[in-house]
Amino acid sequence: MSELPRKNLLHISRKRWVKEDKRFVSGTGNYVQDQAPVGCKHVALLPSPYPRARILSIDTAVAEALDGVHAVLTGEELARHTEPIIQGLNLPNVICYPLALGMTRYAGEWVAAVAADSVHIAEDALELIEVEYEPLPAILDPELAMAADGPLVHPEHGSNVLFQGKFTWGPVAEDFTSADQQLSFRARWGRSATVPIETFGVLASWHEGTETLNIWASIQMPKYAELTATALRIPLDNIRVFNDVDVGGAYGVKRGIKHTVLSGYLSRKLGAPVRLIEDRMVNLASGDAHGPDRIFDTEIAFTNEGIIKSLKIRALDDAGAYPGRGPFQLAKPISAITGPYRINSVHYEAISITSNKCGQVPVRGFGQAPTNYMIETAVDKVAAALGLDRFEVRRRNLICKDEFPYMIPSGTEYDSGDYHTVLNKVLDISNYDTLLKRRKWLRSQGMLAGIGVATCLEPSGGNTMFEYLMNPSAEITTFMESCQVRIDSHGRITGIIGNSSSGQGHETMVATILGEEMERAPEDIRIIHADSRAGFPTVAPVASRMAIMLGGAAAGAARKLKDRIMQIAGHNLGRPVADVEYEGGAVYDRTDPARKLTWQDICFIAHNQGHKMPDGLEPGLQTYHVIKVPNSGKLPDAQNRVQLYPCFAFQAHIPLVQVDPGTGKVTILEYYIGHDCGTVINPNIVRGMVIGGVAQGIGAALYEKFAYNPDGQFISGTLADYVMPSVFEVPYVEDVEHCTPSPLTSHGQKGTGEGGYLGAPAAIASAVNDALAPRGFSIHELPMRMADIEELLNGGENT
Amino acid sequence: MTPRKITLTVNGKTRSSSAEPRLTLLDFLREHLSLTGTHVGCEHGICGACTVNYDSVPMRACLIYAVQANGHEVETVEGLCNADGTPGPVQEAFQEAHGLQCGYCTPGILISVTALLRATQNPSDKEIKEGIGGNICRCTGYAQIIDAVHLAAKTLKGTSA
Repeated sequence: MSELPRKNLLHISRKRWVKEDKRFVSGTGNYVQDQAPVGCKHVALLPSPYPRARILSIDTAVAEALDGVHAVLTGEELARHTEPIIQGLNLPNVICYPLALGMTRYAGEWVAAVAADSVHIAEDALELIEVEYEPLPAILDPELAMAADGPLVHPEHGSNVLFQGKFTWGPVAEDFTSADQQLSFRARWGRSATVPIETFGVLASWHEGTETLNIWASIQMPKYAELTATALRIPLDNIRVFNDVDVGGAYGVKRGIKHTVLSGYLSRKLGAPVRLIEDRMVNLASGDAHGPDRIFDTEIAFTNEGIIKSLKIRALDDAGAYPGRGPFQLAKPISAITGPYRINSVHYEAISITSNKCGQVPVRGFGQAPTNYMIETAVDKVAAALGLDRFEVRRRNLICKDEFPYMIPSGTEYDSGDYHTVLNKVLDISNYDTLLKRRKWLRSQGMLAGIGVATCLEPSGGNTMFEYLMNPSAEITTFMESCQVRIDSHGRITGIIGNSSSGQGHETMVATILGEEMERAPEDIRIIHADSRAGFPTVAPVASRMAIMLGGAAAGAARKLKDRIMQIAGHNLGRPVADVEYEGGAVYDRTDPARKLTWQDICFIAHNQGHKMPDGLEPGLQTYHVIKVPNSGKLPDAQNRVQLYPCFAFQAHIPLVQVDPGTGKVTILEYYIGHDCGTVINPNIVRGMVIGGVAQGIGAALYEKFAYNPDGQFISGTLADYVMPSVFEVPYVEDVEHCTPSPLTSHGQKGTGEGGYLGAPAAIASAVNDALAPRGFSIHELPMRMADIEELLNGGENT
Repeated sequence: MTPRKITLTVNGKTRSSSAEPRLTLLDFLREHLSLTGTHVGCEHGICGACTVNYDSVPMRACLIYAVQANGHEVETVEGLCNADGTPGPVQEAFQEAHGLQCGYCTPGILISVTALLRATQNPSDKEIKEGIGGNICRCTGYAQIIDAVHLAAKTLKGTSA
């Protein structure tokens, strides 16, 4: 437990420039694609034209003979020299290599790779590779994939079911029996992801003299170096991942493990740096970066007053051909399986299946966005069934602020919150009465118009217990983070972190917290990203955890250094530490405030004047701090009840949309959001995270889908087909903050990176369904695309 | 393919080099001139990350071949900086309003905004949307970008007054 935020914060919560922005606006960021060392070889990839086929033969001779080509690699060669990539679940018979081995399992799967002097030559060579395939029937539908008699994606596994688990928390049967009413529905979350503007890229360079594989990559991935080392059969310390690479957007999906294994192998084989930058087609079709693709079947038990007593949820998720860590996205939502509501019991069945589609990857929120969409749909359905106002039903079910910490049936304790106040605040800024009038006026003009509402929790801080729930055999329960801090002899502070960043502003966040603790200007504090061998234990900037975990580690390190500074000063002032006071980096004698040591004095002593140091204190001013996840460390009990994430931020969303009754086009006219992530460290960063998340949620709700045709061909291979929102599709979102500090973190902060994306799809769906309601329609499948709405309204006459 | 000699003006300086006819202006700027501020996003003209001012008009460098640019004028994000390399006024407004996150789409957006503000001193929200409508930003949700453009317009007006 740490102290709650002090009243007079020096730097935290104050507006200040984001340190990282200067290099980005100048065009001097350091992205992986900006580096091409002399002699670098460039990789192009040959995609499978079939969703499922046996590879009968591959003839690479002509391609190899092309001038400028240095290697043509097949799955057979790669499998001889590498280990399969480790999957998240315990699936010994689901074998994944970077290149297809004997069989292709989705359209676009990499069958061969060429390394050449330029990417153009490598692409020329692809056309010279002859592959003979035996096409086989493919399985695309997740429900059909569960049937015993269909094609098997991984025949050795014996089934297309990767995981099927049932969890019952609380008296579900009793609650259903005693409830006044029940209803059930199906909701479907379409296959989409957060698709960054920078595709995935990696530059791997084997250095024989130091036996080191140097890696620059646009990653955001836990255990990236470990997985790479294992696959390449080299010791972990032979891998050095540079974290001072700027990542051009990640939002969960920048994993690229197969790209890295492939490039690392080629680099060692060729004795040259090897660079693999996805082109957009590869990125969309075969980058292993598709998100959840989920069918929910939900039953709700509730009273005549709209109090929700119990939920039965069946979630069927299509992880694609190679699941990776994707299936865990079914387990993370258990951390908020009842949402922000006081629901007494839950039954949850989670099923992950494999199909002949590209593999799944963790996406912003790690499965929480689909689950929240389902929960909010349920609440709207209860309101509709009872003829009650949707806001009123939420008010009746929301956990009240005096009930925290609040334990939900699945064993997670919510740290703090004031949901009713946030909901009221967003209603206030939306001028809700005016919003109602505007909806009425739009409807009077012949438009369909609707107001949406969604609340959501953002579980934050991370914790790997979700992994344990689905794969206890791995027995992985640690999710630590660390920060090193040094103050040099000139008095400059450097914070050292162990990750790369992808726009989250970690340098600013850490500098602000160090500045707060040390009472020094954050602008004068430099933050550097250590490489994977120099940095201390870390996970990755995932799970909405960095403000909590990295921020907590930074605060811990700063406090240790401050203690040391006090000891040095006390010793030189001839006073016990209890009698000296730290202020702005200087330390003075409380009994005689005129006697003091300046910051520069203390730094000089620490580095240069051993004769002035207290006995037993190490020279210099440097330390590190490693923290574990707050409220973590316990295994699940016999009912699989366990604390998942520690901290819970909250949001309430209210959009106003119009739907053109002729074309089905949805336009978002207004969008309001109330937000509580505890103590805000940097207001600009938080606002950007929240609104940016909303924009991605709008994409998931209305436009974005990785689509396959019935034959299994991928038909979203360009950004003209996979449509992401431009400024025309995203309204100017207005937000209002509230602060309920977390009692578990260094300054009361909670996570903020995911919430916009968790709430927006549900809110947009709620608004569109409110617009369609007068016509008697509703849609429970995302994305709700223009053509689908038009079809519903007009039978497709206008398309 | 036989490289061809080309000469063009980039950020006010004459640059000569040779380029294969199939090389895009985008790859030419990045690989031949080491101007890596212009970013590769989709290479098919949708995302706008590679936007440069081409004879003062914002255009996608991925849809122009380098050989086509022979004799033309190109302005990239590097050219928006002050002579000493510090951020110029539009760039500084983006810093102040935090009109970015990961920085990847930012150079293209800065180019579009620069062109907009040269043509329109006091752009309305609608004009700003038209100005950056060809650039996809995946991080910000655009609100802080719109704030940054208003701020830049105000700064530039103050400078020219």
